[in-house]
Amino acid sequence: MRNTIVSLISIILGLIAGGLLMLFIGASPIEGYTYLFQGALKNISRIGDTLATATPLVFTGLAVAFAFRTGLFNIGAAGQMLIGGLCATAVALTFDLSRPILILVMILAGIVGGGLWAFIPGYFKARFNVHEVVSTIMMNWIAYWTVYYVVPGYFKGEFLETESRKLAEESTLRTPWLTEMFQGSYINLGLFFAVIAVIIIAFIINKTTLGFELKAVGFNRHAAEYAGMKVNRNIILSMLISGALAGLGGVALYTGNASSMQIGILPSQGYDGIAVALLGANSPIGVFFAALLFGILYSGTGFMNAMIEIPPELANTIIAIIIYFAATSVMIHRLLNKFRKTRSNANDVNGPVGKKGEA
Amino acid sequence: MSYVVEMLNIRKEFPGIVANDNITLTLKKGEIHALLGENGAGKSTLMGVLFGMYQPEKGIIKIREKEVKITNPNVANQLGIGMVHQHFKLVENFTVTENIILGSEPLKGMVLDIDKAAKRIAELSKHYGLNVDPHSKIEDISVGMQQRVEIMKMLYREAEVLIFDEPTAVLTPHEIEELMKIMRNLINEGKSIIIITHKLKEIKAVADRCTVIRRGKGIGTVNVKETSTAQMAEMMVGREVNFKVDKKASTPGEVVLQIDSISVKNNRKVLGLKNFSVEVRRGEIVGIAGVEGNGQSEIVEAITGLRKVESGKILLKGKEITNIPIRQRIESGIGHIPEDRHRRGLVLDYTLENNMVLEVYNKPPFAKAGLLNGAAIRKYAKSILENFDVRSGEGGASIARTLSGGNQQKAIIGREMELDPDLLIAVQPTRGLDVGSIEYIHRRLIEHRDKGKAVLLVSLELDEVLQLSDRIAIVNNGELIGTVNASETNENEVGLMMAGVSKEGTV
Repeated sequence: MRNTIVSLISIILGLIAGGLLMLFIGASPIEGYTYLFQGALKNISRIGDTLATATPLVFTGLAVAFAFRTGLFNIGAAGQMLIGGLCATAVALTFDLSRPILILVMILAGIVGGGLWAFIPGYFKARFNVHEVVSTIMMNWIAYWTVYYVVPGYFKGEFLETESRKLAEESTLRTPWLTEMFQGSYINLGLFFAVIAVIIIAFIINKTTLGFELKAVGFNRHAAEYAGMKVNRNIILSMLISGALAGLGGVALYTGNASSMQIGILPSQGYDGIAVALLGANSPIGVFFAALLFGILYSGTGFMNAMIEIPPELANTIIAIIIYFAATSVMIHRLLNKFRKTRSNANDVNGPVGKKGEA
Repeated sequence: MSYVVEMLNIRKEFPGIVANDNITLTLKKGEIHALLGENGAGKSTLMGVLFGMYQPEKGIIKIREKEVKITNPNVANQLGIGMVHQHFKLVENFTVTENIILGSEPLKGMVLDIDKAAKRIAELSKHYGLNVDPHSKIEDISVGMQQRVEIMKMLYREAEVLIFDEPTAVLTPHEIEELMKIMRNLINEGKSIIIITHKLKEIKAVADRCTVIRRGKGIGTVNVKETSTAQMAEMMVGREVNFKVDKKASTPGEVVLQIDSISVKNNRKVLGLKNFSVEVRRGEIVGIAGVEGNGQSEIVEAITGLRKVESGKILLKGKEITNIPIRQRIESGIGHIPEDRHRRGLVLDYTLENNMVLEVYNKPPFAKAGLLNGAAIRKYAKSILENFDVRSGEGGASIARTLSGGNQQKAIIGREMELDPDLLIAVQPTRGLDVGSIEYIHRRLIEHRDKGKAVLLVSLELDEVLQLSDRIAIVNNGELIGTVNASETNENEVGLMMAGVSKEGTV
């Protein structure tokens, strides 16, 4: 409840700040935002595109949030996406299977690829206490150059050196009935998988012994160790699941929203996943809605700068400002705390007393 | 006789609660004045008022007979009031001198004049008999010495009134004696001292007068010489307190825990425990006595599996457990009340319910096929919390962090006792608790013994070890100095052994 309020405040503050910026360059914020939301939600096809844009973000947001619940900071979602996407693309281009089986194998390949890419930093963290922030960033670049090598080497496109071959329509996550329903949008099955992932992850976190352990390790690994939980195993497992989620994000991005892989690009959704997780307060449902918001912002900006004199750079700046406020939600938490405290001048007679003997 | 500090009819309210209600405390020049009360009685609030952290709703504060308004701690400092906090505020990798001058650094032109400061500190140290080396680093000196650095900080700033917040909680018996000597030196030099404590013995030893508060109300001020500890305890708690721990003679049965010459490395990667052996039988409490950091943590962590054993064997009920995982040890009957309840004992951000099943969450009825059973967990937690009188805002749904230290401790003890372990390891089980809670916890530990279980008690409070234990093993510098029967020993003998002087013919 409280997290929801904080997230909403961040969004509102971000929108206000973005509006001020529009005013500053002489555009009308009301007009600007109207076009932004129209661009994202005006008609059924745009809504479809917005949902598709949000899909990889749901996965990366979940990936970051899940790791974070275990006290791990997975900022390697971008690399895990690349490898997940590469594995799925490789499967789609190599095997000639019937569609349902092919899709299933592609998804498994994405899970395995992304999972492997996160398992390595997880293992290093557990075994040698290598900080996962450093190792996941390094893994991002290894993934980047792996794609750089593998795509032109084995899956070169027909016209361009810098792209993989295009996937056949029936080996992508796109389906005719969805495309028709959303009037030609590039929305695809990825969205359903994302919803399923949200439900599964929420279930794991809240209802299972595995979630109980992972959260305990995240909150206080010393107490978890004391209680007989295997801290290192949980760290590796958490990274593995986190990476698998990001890998699925790659599958959704490269074989759903797009139908080929380009080299030399680290997907921005990887880092955006951090902002999505923050804004969603690390809860699966929160992540889902935060990703939708990001989807709206990203897919609306094009329309906005086509309709009024707001340069595309500014549109991106506005998104950045909202991300910024999302990232500083801790600050908003503190402000709320302070507000509450000054109103009820420290209900804590026990405060100073309670501090004693706690060491 | 002139008063240095007069706090007259102080009333401090927090919403919904009166923390200090009409409390009067006067401090004569050159006296040591004890402020006595249970946890949460309002001692810290009262001192917070004096130190400028809170503004009282009613009442007058006079310093040297002039009425003052202490609006913040800086004003308090300027009035010559200094405070030694229970948890020292020192920079670990700075020297003593650097720590003391922090915030009021002496300058020579543009540069820091460390030498001048060090010289002054050396002089002060000699004058008050503090024996502090201005050039040693904080991380290299003992806790007792660190406390003296805190005292020195106040002297350096020429404080006249010194407030000590539970100064003996972190000290060894020897260090406590030294501190008392220092306190007497300080008053001989014309300083005045307020000491916050709930240890009656220390008040008796060092204080001139004592003000008692209970649940925010001033109960009265007494001359320590004319008042017995029992009277003071009764004033503090509001009923008669039983100091003597009632227990029957022990009837030791078979060996539950056998430690066979184990060596364990400490955090600095050197042997913190060398060839240590001890055994604990059913129906007895074995106490480990020693000055802090002499191998106690290593013993406990070796038994519970939190630390690797380099050599030697640990047997539980005849089965070797030296290298088995922690969970298996818990399952084979080890309960552990850890030394640090925040680091090890609780997941502070979890609810109390979740904390109550921290070790058994994966077993039926709390989980089936990997799925948690919330109802069973709630029911189990509720019975522990009721049984052990854990008070919290929202019962089992409260976040553990929101509980007071005493209630957190009771919750942990309840959780471990509920597992009914054959071996209960209790480390500092009553640290920071008030007399009433201590009495209660001691009774539960003895009950556990009387059920025919083994208890290993590790405590820095020598009194506690002497009262509860049937046998006492004394460690010094990681080695077993000797084992004595509690009924045949006394504080002096154990104290000497703690200092490393071994005794002829130990049991």
